Amino acid sequence: MYAFEFEKPSTVAEAVAALNSGEAQILAGGQTLIPTMKQRLADPGKLVSLSGIAELSGISEEGGVVTIGAGTTHTEVAAAGLGALSALASDIGDPAVRNRGTIGGSLANNDPSADYPAGILALGATIVTNSREIPADDFFDGMFTTTLEEGEIITAVKFSLPEAACYQKFEQPASRFALVGVFVAKTANGVCVAATGASEEGVHHWPAAEKALNANFSASALDDLSVSPDGMISDLHGTAEYRANLVKVLAKRAVAGC
Amino acid sequence: MPKDQGIGAASKRREDVRYLTGRGKYTDDITLPRQTYAVFARSEVANGIIKSIDTDVAVAMPGVLAVFTGDDFTEVGGNPAGWLINNRDGTPMKEPKRPVLAHGKVRHVGDAYAAVIAESVAEALAAVEAIDADIEELPAIVNMADALANSDNRVHDELEDNCCFDWGWIEDNRDSVDAAIKAAPHVTTLELVNNRVAPNAMETRASIGEYDPGTGDYKLTTTSQNPHLTKLLVAVFVLGIPEHKLTVVAPDVGGGFGSKIYHYGEEALVLSAARKLGRPVKWTATRSEAFLADAHGRDHVTKIELATETDGTFIAIRTDTMANVGAYLSNFSTATPTFLHGTLMAGNYRVPNVYVNVKTVFTNTAPVDAYRGAGRPEATFSIERVIDKCARELGIDPVSIRRKNFIQPDQFPYTTPVALVYDTGNYDATLDKVLELSDVAGFAARKAESTSRGKLRGLGLNSYIEACGIAPSNLVGQLGSRVGLYDAATVRVNPTGNISVMVGAHSHGQGHETSFAQVVADMIGIPEENIDIVHGDTSKIPFGMGTYGSRSLAVCGSAMVKATEKVIAKAKKIAAHMMEAGEGDIELADGVFTVAGTDKTLEWGAVTLGAYVPHNYPLEEIEPGLEETAFYDPANFTYPAGAYTCEVEVDPETGKVEICSFSAADDFGNIINPMIVEGQVHGGIGQGIGQALLEHAVYDSDGQMLNGSYMDYAMPRATDMPFYTVDQSCVTPCTHNPLGVKGCGEAGAIGSPPAVVNAVVDALSGLGVTHIDMPLSPNRVWSAIQAAK
Repeated sequence: MYAFEFEKPSTVAEAVAALNSGEAQILAGGQTLIPTMKQRLADPGKLVSLSGIAELSGISEEGGVVTIGAGTTHTEVAAAGLGALSALASDIGDPAVRNRGTIGGSLANNDPSADYPAGILALGATIVTNSREIPADDFFDGMFTTTLEEGEIITAVKFSLPEAACYQKFEQPASRFALVGVFVAKTANGVCVAATGASEEGVHHWPAAEKALNANFSASALDDLSVSPDGMISDLHGTAEYRANLVKVLAKRAVAGC
Repeated sequence: MPKDQGIGAASKRREDVRYLTGRGKYTDDITLPRQTYAVFARSEVANGIIKSIDTDVAVAMPGVLAVFTGDDFTEVGGNPAGWLINNRDGTPMKEPKRPVLAHGKVRHVGDAYAAVIAESVAEALAAVEAIDADIEELPAIVNMADALANSDNRVHDELEDNCCFDWGWIEDNRDSVDAAIKAAPHVTTLELVNNRVAPNAMETRASIGEYDPGTGDYKLTTTSQNPHLTKLLVAVFVLGIPEHKLTVVAPDVGGGFGSKIYHYGEEALVLSAARKLGRPVKWTATRSEAFLADAHGRDHVTKIELATETDGTFIAIRTDTMANVGAYLSNFSTATPTFLHGTLMAGNYRVPNVYVNVKTVFTNTAPVDAYRGAGRPEATFSIERVIDKCARELGIDPVSIRRKNFIQPDQFPYTTPVALVYDTGNYDATLDKVLELSDVAGFAARKAESTSRGKLRGLGLNSYIEACGIAPSNLVGQLGSRVGLYDAATVRVNPTGNISVMVGAHSHGQGHETSFAQVVADMIGIPEENIDIVHGDTSKIPFGMGTYGSRSLAVCGSAMVKATEKVIAKAKKIAAHMMEAGEGDIELADGVFTVAGTDKTLEWGAVTLGAYVPHNYPLEEIEPGLEETAFYDPANFTYPAGAYTCEVEVDPETGKVEICSFSAADDFGNIINPMIVEGQVHGGIGQGIGQALLEHAVYDSDGQMLNGSYMDYAMPRATDMPFYTVDQSCVTPCTHNPLGVKGCGEAGAIGSPPAVVNAVVDALSGLGVTHIDMPLSPNRVWSAIQAAK
């Protein structure tokens, strides 16, 4: 690890100010950034920790709309009784990761194998930042990329509780990240099917499945569909063909699990 | 009633108290006054010419004390291969020099070409990044077949090609085996890969070098399974330090699995640097360094043919193997794919004709050497997979074909066509036992239940044999070994009767401190807690060869028994004098000497005190004191054997394999501590399942290791493991060592991979799948199902 400066502001405004000076980087739960720094693969001159900002934590519900503060840990989300999203959070990493990692950090990092992006996309959630609100469909922008501006901080995520939802994750054997994960949600705006771990473009919808499930919400509605391996990730743990297969298998299981 | 002390008792592992409460003392736990830190600069390319290494900036950086490169070690010796193998034509193998630091060329990713010594690790790391190495990258040599086919691009320029040796075992059998296979009514052929694995000891390698300018003494504290062997290698072969000026200490060591048998250049570097700086120099490997620079295991590509009669009677086995040795010859890398592999190729079977051909191949990858099982897992996997395939082709069930060909109990000692003499065994007994343990009779019903849930269920069987307790020195000497493989123990009885036993074996998780004490306690009849086992420090222990090859109890334990017998014999003389009786009338039981036929007794402690306070003592006949040393050189290998079953359920949609149950019936001969033995079997099976389902050290065509971290290298976890059913009740004691023990450390890792793969192939056999290479990852299993459709 290289030497770095460290700031721990207590308000979002202070954090924004701190980020505007020098080579600063946001530190949320640190479950990706810290290991990367320990490997000397990242050298931020300054870390601005969000962990001291009280307004970023906590989960609330009003009128069927759930708001999760960006600094809320996976453990807290897992314990919040939010159905499929809590189940998703409960299976991220290991207890140490879940006790430190945050939903805002996970979304801002947008790891192509992370679990949260699938849930947030499928739930049609809104990502709230210090300057605006971004619909999930406009937020994820390819592997490790989002539409966040430089210095923009996620403050919360909000979504309407779905009628039914289920997340199915097939673990990569080593890291236990999602080799592929599929989140199916039946929402007021229709059925959403979002897959993580599969595409070279990162988390994505499966529109054909959504169309079929809007007409007939049953696993068998997907029987005649197939997923193209074009553009799928191919690596040590899974070929593009295998991942394409998993998207369909897991989507069916998620529908059955709703 | 089981005993609560001594041989056969499930005594709790005394060493676990310190291991589990954070009081273990590992190399990296040691911090010495004025200690400095070494960090290595390692090659990022697999194959390259070192054009220049500019260290000027690095040397001038804060805290930096010295920078070493290969130029600093051109005058010292190379790290040697421990075993000379001859080619089929009788010529010796190629033996390129393995330098302390790469010189002229880097030969694998992670090959160390420079080292920085600094006041702190952080300063050393910064200086390593400031070293300006101009390395001209060359095409990497990774694939073994390509390496053999292309002699223009060579790992070692001074050699004519990339083949280290082409070995035939037994070469005189070659023509007769060819003829037998040609004439056989049925031949089953299987091409398979025994996947490369990274050893992944929990504690990474670490070394501290010290030099005392006052005495000229060196000390190396290091993560070693065999401190005397390391001492011999580093002192005599590499650095030229007189042996009496070097102490090697292997303190608590957090697992080895073979990877800490060998001497590595880092050990020589910290000693040399300590001498130059006059300060202690510590190096501790990162996990990344462990992946790139520890000796890996396995990595064979094999074609095996099994010729049989149509009724399944074995006629001949012929194998053709390419074995990867990586970029340099690690100390036992030449023995592992040959004499620890080819000699086991008859398995537990009467096979009249066997011929093994092994070509070892230099590649631009990390060195490959012994890893838990070392050659024997590769042999067992090949044999037991081809037998299963053969049984299926002939329509014979896998149990019957094995029984039909087993060596029978009345045929021991049995000489195989690959030159081993099995002393004892009963293979039907362990097979019967495992079939009972795993409720094979109920398999059909369980399979039907799985089928009803859309899952594919399979049952796999394996019957293995291994050769442990290495090894008879005169025999291995004839076969090319450059070391003897005896071991040694000193039993030092202290004045009040408690005992320190100094042993050549090294315990790095095996529980010797408990089980060895049980043996001596049992022989004398005193409590186990009165006996301490001292190991790991060459200044304290006799010259033993260390721990590997499941040899510790069979070889070092035998030396300890011999030394204890000498102690008891002398103590009886002393007791006879003290009780004014004839020596032949003295008996020792439960720690009390008695004179036969009388009520005269003396406590053990009274006699031992007499030995050290010799006021009433036959000084004219025997020396005072009570301390004896014995060396033991085994007459033969030991031959643990057993049968394993594995039951799996495969999800055909995802290819995921779940192990539903795993049963193991092992014949380890006599058992000293059944709990420790059971733990060894559990650990071995865990590693075997890891190799079968998860683990694979993968290099791409550029020689980059693709999974050099736990994010991509799949280690088995508790949730991957079933609850095992293990049994050691089938006992045929070893006939040639005093305890009748055979060794249990590697069996699980040898016996489990074929059981797992046979089970998965059985599950998929209805689809026409006949083989899948390890690891049986979900993707590979799914792909095999798709290909069979």
